[in-house]
Amino acid sequence: MASVWEYANPLKFMRTTDWLLPAVVVAAVVVTAIGLIWGFFFTPDDFRQGSTVKIIFLHVPAAMMAINAWVMMLVASLIWLIRRHHVSALAAKAAAPVGLVMTLIGLITGAVWGQPMWGTWWAWDPRLTSFLILFLFYLGYIALWSSIEDPDTGADLTAVLCLVGSVFAVLSRYAAIFWNQGLHQGASLSVAPGTRMDWAYKAPLYVSMTGFGLIFLALVLAGTRTEIRARRMKALVARERMA
Amino acid sequence: MIALLTRDLRLALRAGGGFGLGLAFFLIMAVLVPLGVGPQPSTLSLIAPGILWVGALLACLLSLDRIFALDFEDGSLDLLATAPVPLEAVVTIKALAHWLTTSLPLVLISPVLGLLLFLPAEAYLWLILSLLLGTPALSVIGTFGAALTVGLKRGGLLLSLLVLPLYIPTLIFGAEVVSRGAMGLSIGTPLALLAGITAGSVAILPFASALVLRINLR
Amino acid sequence: MSLAVTALACARGGVPLLEGVSFSLRSGAALVLRGPNGCGKTTLLRCVAGLQPPLAGEIEAAPDAIAYAAHADGIKATLSVAENLRFWAAIYGTTDIETALERMNLRALADRAAQNLSAGQKRRLGLARLMVTGRPVWVLDEPTVSLDMASVALFGDVVRDHLARGGMALIATHIDLGLPEAEMLDLTPFKAQLPAAGSGDFDEAFL
Repeated sequence: MASVWEYANPLKFMRTTDWLLPAVVVAAVVVTAIGLIWGFFFTPDDFRQGSTVKIIFLHVPAAMMAINAWVMMLVASLIWLIRRHHVSALAAKAAAPVGLVMTLIGLITGAVWGQPMWGTWWAWDPRLTSFLILFLFYLGYIALWSSIEDPDTGADLTAVLCLVGSVFAVLSRYAAIFWNQGLHQGASLSVAPGTRMDWAYKAPLYVSMTGFGLIFLALVLAGTRTEIRARRMKALVARERMA
Repeated sequence: MIALLTRDLRLALRAGGGFGLGLAFFLIMAVLVPLGVGPQPSTLSLIAPGILWVGALLACLLSLDRIFALDFEDGSLDLLATAPVPLEAVVTIKALAHWLTTSLPLVLISPVLGLLLFLPAEAYLWLILSLLLGTPALSVIGTFGAALTVGLKRGGLLLSLLVLPLYIPTLIFGAEVVSRGAMGLSIGTPLALLAGITAGSVAILPFASALVLRINLR
Repeated sequence: MSLAVTALACARGGVPLLEGVSFSLRSGAALVLRGPNGCGKTTLLRCVAGLQPPLAGEIEAAPDAIAYAAHADGIKATLSVAENLRFWAAIYGTTDIETALERMNLRALADRAAQNLSAGQKRRLGLARLMVTGRPVWVLDEPTVSLDMASVALFGDVVRDHLARGGMALIATHIDLGLPEAEMLDLTPFKAQLPAAGSGDFDEAFL
């Protein structure tokens, strides 16, 4: 049986993503468009929040992907540290800017939503604070990658930073909750019985979450391909120098 | 081991060792804040716990890049890595030396600065205690950051960017202890959490620091 | 007690420099590595010292046998000569710095701060550090840089004494150290060749 580790080979990865990437891009555009159009134009206004509630279709998926991107980087870093698959390290590198932008979208849409709802653009609420802290972690991670020349050293160091950073990010999250119990509503989606959101909202929300997931996947695949090409160029130059 | 500690302490105390710079920075911080926010005792006593903790944290940050950079430049770090001392012990000793030369003086001078900022009388004990408990974590986390950036040119700014987010939990719990103490509330929970962070960092981070140091030296 | 290197390959900055390097050292033997600048002498020595993992091959040495001396001497400018030596002695668990001071002709400078030493004097201090490590295998990278003729001779004597007491030395140098008994190894023939396609080599994954 084919193992998933086969895709850790850059060549195999490139060959597979040759056809996979366009498919994911198309799927991402279509699904996100359906989710957002459905959400923006074909859902009723909330009886309390009016039409402002519709920003949820951007806010929640972006916030979700901001966290998922970090989790993916953590997993990829672990795979690199344990099994030394280059694609894994490069995928973590490619995911960081996407996660950063998702965090930024989450923060900005949150501010836009918060202004009419809470009457303020920003509040030092634990969730908001945690997101701002996550943003700082992304910045540090990206800055470390960009300042190291040797790619394997960079992969090693950023992987360790990602591990240590994850622990401290979780600590910061709980510290922030401890520090200030906030304004932000609880999780928007909950699997517990008696969920607070109507299916009229939930269905398009799930669609746009899937869409954002696909956008993330497409961007990471494209980014990883770029990184692999850059490594190939480095390898070619190294060979040139040896010859 | 002891030899490394005494050497680092001696280097810090001799000319050009930079001993006291952090202390001076801490003092300047405590002078500048009232100049910025105004001299009202009520305002100052309210923000004093936070100012003192943020000041201590930044003063600590100031000397982090010296932990390994000098040893890296003159080749001592290569030689230490090949010496019969585990690198984990080397980074622990380095963090301890940093704590003794930078953080401990900050802890000792903090009551004086508390006076300048009208820190409520009940909070002094908690200020000293929280700094004593929290600053080892700052030194150990900072040592990890310094090990990450040791080989880099212009690593100083990057070091701050990497280390400051890691300082957040320590800062939150540390400042919380002092401000709760100032208001006469119970400080058990944040104090325990602060101690927990310090204990965890001291126990685990030296391994991560030694790992990244080895990567940086190869 | 011996040092054996078999089929060693090493790389710097992702580019393989040397491959198939094999040699062995017995008690009392010295090996001098030769080769043009940039051929990988320093990288090879860093591999042997354990600072850098080799690409391939094996290095067999007794644990805690190697004392490494790099281009940089690891001298602290604000400490005196004796303090510098005493520190390294303590790290290696030895106490005698007097012999080293005597042999490297540093006695008169013992209380001088290292920042006031000349380049050659600093180098002598760096080499005196080797003597206080008490380790049998000396791995030396260009030990004679900035030494004058007399100091080179002094250093040659120290190495010869070390060998006579059963020590070993692996030295990368361009200068004649006055060690006629030392073997020579020219690294030029070991220059890493471009790997053939499909051999699964260092960068094969990306081609």
